[in-house]
Amino acid sequence: MHFGRLLELIIAASLINNFVFTRYLGLCIFFGVSKKMDTALGMSMTFTAVMVISSALSWIIYKTVMIPLHLEFLEIMVFIGVVAGFVQAADTMMRKLSPGLYYKLGIYLALITTNCIILAVPLINAQEGYNFIEALCFGLGSGLGFSLALIIMASIREKLELADIPKSFRGLPISFVLTGLIALAFIGFSGLITL
Amino acid sequence: MAQPNKISYFGLIKNGIFGENPIFRVALSLCPAVAVTNSLKGGMLMGVAVLFVQTMTNVTVSILRKFINPKVRIPIFILVTATWVTVSDLLLHAYEPAAYKQVGLYIKLIVAFAIILSRAELFASKNKVIPSIFDGLGMGMGFLLALTVISFFRELLGSGSLLGYPLVATKPVLIFVLPAGGFFAVGLLMGFFNWIDIKFFGGAGSSGGGH
Repeated sequence: MHFGRLLELIIAASLINNFVFTRYLGLCIFFGVSKKMDTALGMSMTFTAVMVISSALSWIIYKTVMIPLHLEFLEIMVFIGVVAGFVQAADTMMRKLSPGLYYKLGIYLALITTNCIILAVPLINAQEGYNFIEALCFGLGSGLGFSLALIIMASIREKLELADIPKSFRGLPISFVLTGLIALAFIGFSGLITL
Repeated sequence: MAQPNKISYFGLIKNGIFGENPIFRVALSLCPAVAVTNSLKGGMLMGVAVLFVQTMTNVTVSILRKFINPKVRIPIFILVTATWVTVSDLLLHAYEPAAYKQVGLYIKLIVAFAIILSRAELFASKNKVIPSIFDGLGMGMGFLLALTVISFFRELLGSGSLLGYPLVATKPVLIFVLPAGGFFAVGLLMGFFNWIDIKFFGGAGSSGGGH
């Protein structure tokens, strides 16, 4: 296992194939929580953690249970079960073990139970046939990329509150156009690394 | 939905297409609106898949609604959705292998669409089978229509063709097939529909705050 390859994987997942800007996933959450910087930070921390852990869990189940039993076609059901179960467990444990952290991040946990990004990471891991370490790095890179997107968006939208936007463009439409502009900038990262 | 005893089937379909159009009005499940709409075929394929999954999920949930314990209803709804998504995933993989390569990941992710779960929760779990079918058809058609409109403009402007047939001789605006163009197209179309709503129907003109 080359360290360089893992680094490449993280950079590719976070910048080149950024989930929001080039794979267009997780838009509901992206537009939902990017109104304030605080919520965006809380969400991105929770997201990254859940992503890494759920990609580890689903990798183990995929390799040790589903492939030996030839149940690959059940991947959608199994992965959504794994993710939802894990998020529920994390929710309960956090409430008992650290109420302070739960008070801050609990609401985000409930939101991401069935989120398309969290589900996409195990699906892509399975599709690309990553090994365990690679799957972890892919989860981490995707989480970081999503955090980056969320933080950029939140900082722009805080300024946008003061702007005078045409009435028909207020709310979501202007956010979409904004995201388009950021995505345009992210095109510059393509070709940074050739995998 | 206000009077469950007097439901007009036509009204349900109209509600899905115009009143509560999943993408332009309610702003749920936006990911595929950008992801698969760089060609008309991809957009329509995705729309049909959603139409199928939404209708079948509504039917199944509606049939089972008496047997589902309210405490565990959400996981059961998700399992029902996952079943029908798997069915449509395998069908597309078998019959449209070329297109499947492009939209495959997003077809699988239909399972995480808020719109399907929310219709199962808000409508199908409280209504009989026949109205649920029409609600599913309406919502699915609203989705299909929205995706078709977006992908129509994106393919026409971005590649100068429709369904792969070249139409425009001049150089196309490449930006509209790129990821960034998808965001622009959706944003501009949303703004346009809001503008119509404000101008001609006196609506408030805000399509949700983002979900």
